[in-house]
Amino acid sequence: MTAIAITRMSDLFAVVMLSGIYSLLSASLFLDLDAVDVAFTEASVGAGISTLLFLATLKLVPRYEKKSRYKPTLALGVVIATGALLIYGTLDMPHFGEADAPVHQHVAPRYLNDSMNEVGIPNVVTSILASYRGYDTLGETLVIFTAGIGVLSLLMVSRRTKEKALQKVPADMQNQIILRVVAKMMLPLILIFALYVQFHGDYGPGGGFQAGVIFAAGIILYTMLFGLSLTQKVIKTEVVERLTAFGVLLYAGVGIACMLLGGNFLDYNVLRHDPVHGQHLGILLVELGVGITVAAVMITLFFKFTWRTVKHKYNQ
Amino acid sequence: MYIIPAVILLIVMGIALFRAFMGPTLYDRILAVNTFGTKTVLFIAVIDFLSGRAAFLDIAIVYALINFISVIGILRFFEYSSKTALEEEN
Amino acid sequence: MELLLDIVSWILLISGSFFALTGALGLLRFPDFFTRTHAASVTDTAGAGLILTGLMLQAGWGLVLAKLLLILLFSLLASTTACHAMAKAALKSGLKPQTVNDNSNSEKETSSKP
Repeated sequence: MTAIAITRMSDLFAVVMLSGIYSLLSASLFLDLDAVDVAFTEASVGAGISTLLFLATLKLVPRYEKKSRYKPTLALGVVIATGALLIYGTLDMPHFGEADAPVHQHVAPRYLNDSMNEVGIPNVVTSILASYRGYDTLGETLVIFTAGIGVLSLLMVSRRTKEKALQKVPADMQNQIILRVVAKMMLPLILIFALYVQFHGDYGPGGGFQAGVIFAAGIILYTMLFGLSLTQKVIKTEVVERLTAFGVLLYAGVGIACMLLGGNFLDYNVLRHDPVHGQHLGILLVELGVGITVAAVMITLFFKFTWRTVKHKYNQ
Repeated sequence: MYIIPAVILLIVMGIALFRAFMGPTLYDRILAVNTFGTKTVLFIAVIDFLSGRAAFLDIAIVYALINFISVIGILRFFEYSSKTALEEEN
Repeated sequence: MELLLDIVSWILLISGSFFALTGALGLLRFPDFFTRTHAASVTDTAGAGLILTGLMLQAGWGLVLAKLLLILLFSLLASTTACHAMAKAALKSGLKPQTVNDNSNSEKETSSKP
């Protein structure tokens, strides 16, 4: 229902806020289905970071959608046809929660039964993501990396503009004193919580993706309240851009190290003498790589958008 | 025992959502979104006890953080265009 | 002891839900933005505090208690601060609070708004 409202509104700002609510709702749905990790990701990525990045984008574009001139009847027809086909496809699927569904016959029992012996990590989702499906996760990290590079090349800001802007741009919310104090109190808690999510991912819900997003959200909060120039003193843009690549390299490097030690690519068993210990080490490093990449890409994106806004505002 | 708070929180979330759709001014919408977020945090905490697993509390913490940050982000967005925003909305 | 804890946390949960519900009603029915802020934020803190305390009594000592405390801290800090910032931004942008004097024509004002 929220989705329908989103498509009907032309005020892009309201759309952004409603999409935040929408992802909260869908996260509750995932909670209902007991998919804790998915809900976690949806909460941090969907509701948090994407709302912030949408807002940063909105500053660059006009607020109201243009009235479209063509009638979208054909597109509507295509969408309805596809939806009908998909629903027709679900008719063949087994009933929800049935025990002899194909999903439960193939690899899932092996993951569920053997992961404790082979990987030794209580949270099955983490062991599947980082160990059994290590290639897929590497691919996802690369996708994020590529997206970051794409935005970087689209939103180039020259060094001269940066230096000029640094001198005359004040912090954005200079007058919100209470807000600044409270945010200062909360920031260390946020960062510690991000680290907790990062390293507790073996035992509970969490992992690299979520931790990176939470970390980036903390930094973005700081940037919003205290201005870019102050944040630049803590975290240099160049360093963040390097870290983006470093995370991916760490992930791939673990894979290469496995190959050098005589195993397959991303086969963590050979990292230590005991295969289970090797799995632990490998998953830890890989998750760290994912977390670093995600956090760095998000922070870079936000920085770029903010620079762009600054440029528009002060260079006219 | 946890059923009653959970149901009531669901009702409250529904009302907040209604206000977010209807809200005459923009700030009403922001307020409603904020209320929706805090109530979602409570709802998840209650659901956590209802289902007897402690895994959901992390998510509740994340919600509390994210909600705060995104409300501030929205407000900051209007530091630039607050004058015009209100006029357009009315 | 167990029974006592149960009873106390039950009372806390119910009263917290009551506060949340009144806050929602205020959000729905109050005439302008600032009164709505009042309803939402005041009952937000009371409702959240009571419900979370009620849950804490059930949790027992452990990580769960610490997490609940953290949530309580966040919601007390964040919700009130966000409301304050919101009201300030609204006031700055030129949204006037309704006063007693223009109470007589408030009916017209609210009805003329879309």
